[in-house]
Parts: sequence; C-alpha cells; structure tokens
Amino acid sequence: MKEIVEVLNEVKPGVDYLKEENLITGGILSSFDLVMLIAMLNDKFNINITVVDLVPENFENVKSIENLVNKLK
Amino acid sequence: MKKSITDYLDEVSLIYKNKNIFVENKDNKITYQKFVKEAKVVASNILIDKYYNQPIAIFISKSINCLKAMFGVLYSGNFYCVLDTDSPKERIEKIIETLNPVLILTDSNNIEKLGNYNFNIKTLNISSQDLNINNKALKEVNRRRIDTNPAYVLFTSGSTGIPKGSVITHKSLIAYTTWFKETFDINEKTIFGNQTPFYFSMSVSDVFSTVISGATLNIIPKINFSFPVNLIKYMNDYKINTIYWVPSALSIVANLNTFDYVIPKYLEKVLFAGEVMPMPQLNIWRKHIDAMYANLYGPTETTDICTYYVVNRKFKDNETLPIGNNCNNLEILLVNENGESAKENEIGEIFVRGSFVGSGYYNNKEKTELAFVQNPLNKCYPEIVYKTGDLGRYNKYGEIEYFGRKDFQIKHMGYRIELGEIETNINSLKGLTICATIYDNLNKKIVLFYESNSLTDDDVIKYINQKLLKYMQPNKVIKLSKMPYNANGKIDRVKLKEIYEKGNF
Repeated sequence: MKEIVEVLNEVKPGVDYLKEENLITGGILSSFDLVMLIAMLNDKFNINITVVDLVPENFENVKSIENLVNKLK
Repeated sequence: MKKSITDYLDEVSLIYKNKNIFVENKDNKITYQKFVKEAKVVASNILIDKYYNQPIAIFISKSINCLKAMFGVLYSGNFYCVLDTDSPKERIEKIIETLNPVLILTDSNNIEKLGNYNFNIKTLNISSQDLNINNKALKEVNRRRIDTNPAYVLFTSGSTGIPKGSVITHKSLIAYTTWFKETFDINEKTIFGNQTPFYFSMSVSDVFSTVISGATLNIIPKINFSFPVNLIKYMNDYKINTIYWVPSALSIVANLNTFDYVIPKYLEKVLFAGEVMPMPQLNIWRKHIDAMYANLYGPTETTDICTYYVVNRKFKDNETLPIGNNCNNLEILLVNENGESAKENEIGEIFVRGSFVGSGYYNNKEKTELAFVQNPLNKCYPEIVYKTGDLGRYNKYGEIEYFGRKDFQIKHMGYRIELGEIETNINSLKGLTICATIYDNLNKKIVLFYESNSLTDDDVIKYINQKLLKYMQPNKVIKLSKMPYNANGKIDRVKLKEIYEKGNF
C-alpha cells in the first residue's frame, strides 16, 4: 500500500491517494499520468502490465492498483 | 447561392433527415433534422440582440451541446470561439481579453464553472433558452451575410504568452471542407470516431466534412484513449470506419500490443496530423489493419491542412514519413533564405497560397503582419500568403519532407506550443531568477532549466501544475546554479542542450 502511494506521488504529487476512490473516472490521472504510472509499476514490482489489464477498474484507487500488482507478481 | 457552411448543412439535412449526425453515447445522439432545428433555436436566441458578424465565445465542454452552440453561432451570422473549459484561468482570461466577445454561450453542465470568472459579458445558457425559431431573422441573416465573414476564431499559443487567434472565413472553411470530403471520399457511409477537441483545428476536418456529406460523427469519450482495449471495443460497437487522430493517440494503441487481443473490425481510413507520426508505431498499425493511411500537415492558419501524403509504399522503422504534396486548390511555395524559390535539394520555408489561408490573427496586427505576408515570388499585385515558419525539402519522389520549425515553436503531443509561452508563465513564479526551456525531439520531452536561490524542484513543479495546460507542462525540471548566456547576452540554448545531453546537472 505504502509503496503504491509512493509511486503515485512520483507520478502526480499533491493528491491524497489514500482518500481518493476515483482516480480515473474522477479525472485525477490523465492518460499521460497513466502511461508513466504503468511504466513505474512495471519497473518497481518487476511485473508486466499488459493491455488486457489496462482497464479503468484496475486503476481507480490504491486498493485496486495493489490488487493488480499482487495478481501479476 | 451558398455563402455559409450552414447552407450545405441545410441541403444535406433534407436528404438525411432521420439519420444521426452526432453521437455522444448510446443515450445521447441527434439526427440531422433535429440538430438543424436546435442549432436554429440557438441562433434565434442570439439574434434577439441583433448581433451580426460579432465574436461569440462558447464555454461548453466537448459534447453535442457544444456542437449545437457552434452551429447556432454560424446560423446567426456571427463567429464563434470554442474555449477549453479545463484551461488555466489565466489563459481563458487572455483569450477573452483579445476576443472581446459580445456574448458567451454555455450550458447547464458548465455554467457553474463559468461562474468562477468575473467577465462582464452577457451569457446565454442554451439548456434553458426560449425554444422558438425566428425564421424571419434567420432569413435576413442569409440575405445579409457574405462568405468572407469569419466562421470562427481558434486560439493557439503565442510566444509573448498572449494566445493568437486565427480568423477563418466561411470561404476558407467551405474550400477546405470540400477538399477534405473529395480527397478522402467522405460520404453518407462514413462513421467518424472523433478524438480531437473542438478548440483544436484538427476537429474542423471531421466535424465539418461530416455535416456537408451526410456522415455521422461519434465523439469518442476521452477516457477510452487511456484504455486501448476499451477504445477498440468502443469503435467496433459503433462501427467506426474513419478516424483522424493525433499520432500520440495512435501510438498508445500500437505500443501496448493491443492488436494481439482486439482489432478494429470496421476501420477503413486512418488519417493523422498534428505532429510527426513515429514510423515503428505506424508500421504496427499497417501490419495489423488493412486500411488507407494518410499523413496530413498544416497549421491552424490554413484552416487545418495544406499538404498530405497517402502512404503508398513500405517504410523502414528508421525512415521518416513525407508530408507529401499540396491539397487540390492550394499551392505550396518553398522559399529559400534569399526570398527565392528553393532549388532542387535545397531546404526552404513553407509558404501557403490559396483559399484555405485564414485572414490573420484576431485583434493582433503585429503578429498578423509577421506571418500573413505578400507572396515573395509575386512582385506584381497584392497577394497575401501564409508563412508557416516550417522548413521543408522535396525528396526524390517529388514529395515534401518536413524539416522542423524555423524558430522555437514546437509540436508536442499534437499541440503547437511556443517555448516562450511556457517560459513567460513560469518566469512569473516568485523567487525564480530565470528559466528557459528546450525541446528534446528524440524523447519528446519539454525540458525546463531554472535558476533560483530559494525554490526547490517541488515548488516549481507545483507551480507548473496549476499554471500551465497539461500538454505545455515540462516533462523534466533541472535546477542550475547559473543560467548560461551567450555573447549577445541571450540565454545560450545550445549550451543548455549540451548540459542536458551530457547529464551535467
């Protein structure tokens, strides 16, 4: 959880990621932020997020991102 | 006699009455007949105050409502300017100051946001307006109007930090749209998947070629461009067969091996413009999707496009795509440093002559005179051509190849940006001594250098986030203890590039 928040803060600082539930549908992360986020998650957790996992539901909040990372680890 | 782009829409809407003209999602679509009616309602409301040939701003996010407002203004005999509702406040204020509109159109979804501004300008909410059509007033507009009246003003970034508004007349719009329709065979079977915003010149092509040919335009929800599989599924659901996107949108799909999982089944035409299309990504598209591909080139000042190239041969990943040749009814001049026609193999600046050329920058005589100039090859009579500031050269196939900007204007993520505008904005940060930007063409990054005694990178980034549009925000921020200057006392940008490339910071 903490690590995911760290990555998010690097992608886009100034957001309370533990509180935000709708990072995608709420328009908080842009498509460019998302590209960066995926690259950093792949790097940091040594995973490979493919286009199949690239759906809004997987990136809406810290919890869903964590679930995705754990699934792919 | 057809004097306005709306005359074409009137004609087409009689043939395709019950066909959808615009689609936003499955619950929100509109037929030709209903759209024309509703645009005329907007026009009738505008005409209550008898405005004629006046600027009208539109503060409505991308939607069918925004299109109704645009066509409402056109039917009323005035000209519109679509504002980016997500723009930083300051940019909107500068545009309004330059445009000085008589009226601002908005709708119930955006009126609250508009309330954050203190414009002393009359506002019309098109969601709650009087629903009558004043045919008499509309007829009077038709009698009075001429085709050299502006249809719209679109703002791009300006080097002094003041955005420049290109004025495009109905004459240019009709000439351009007719070319687009004929060249790419846009017809009643065409279903466009629209990507570009309505305040961006590329949208002129798909929106207006739709309305003159009985086609349908589907506004693809922006969120889909972050999720390629969803995007392709969406395109299949709506049977989208024609797209005209910025290369970065095409690249996102190609980069993620999307086509291994899902293929756009109905796609026949893939057009792109706005920046250089990277060849590896184009090759991925060509390998998987058998469609017609065309590279379009042009500035907002020539309505949208002045040259195009239909991809007709194989390219290696390290080759560049030409920008091709002039559009029909338009001429390209390549002019060398001496103001003469560039010789074979000589690089020249691209000048454009013909009906697509706009009428100058709104309320900006100085900038207009720099770019809308006498044809350097014509000494005999007054003839204004547009000086693009872009460099080109003919290749062995007789096609023009693009050689970049003459000055510091860059193309980034499909947007035209003057680095000066970014600098002007960031230089206004308190505690910052000086800043300068360069563009890393290879990695497509805007790099910001700054000098300051008190500020940290975080302070600067935070300021950038609130001050600049997303696409103008530097991708890398570098603090220097001292900014390098050249002999003329100007910031030494060559040195900055060196520092950046060597990682010396």
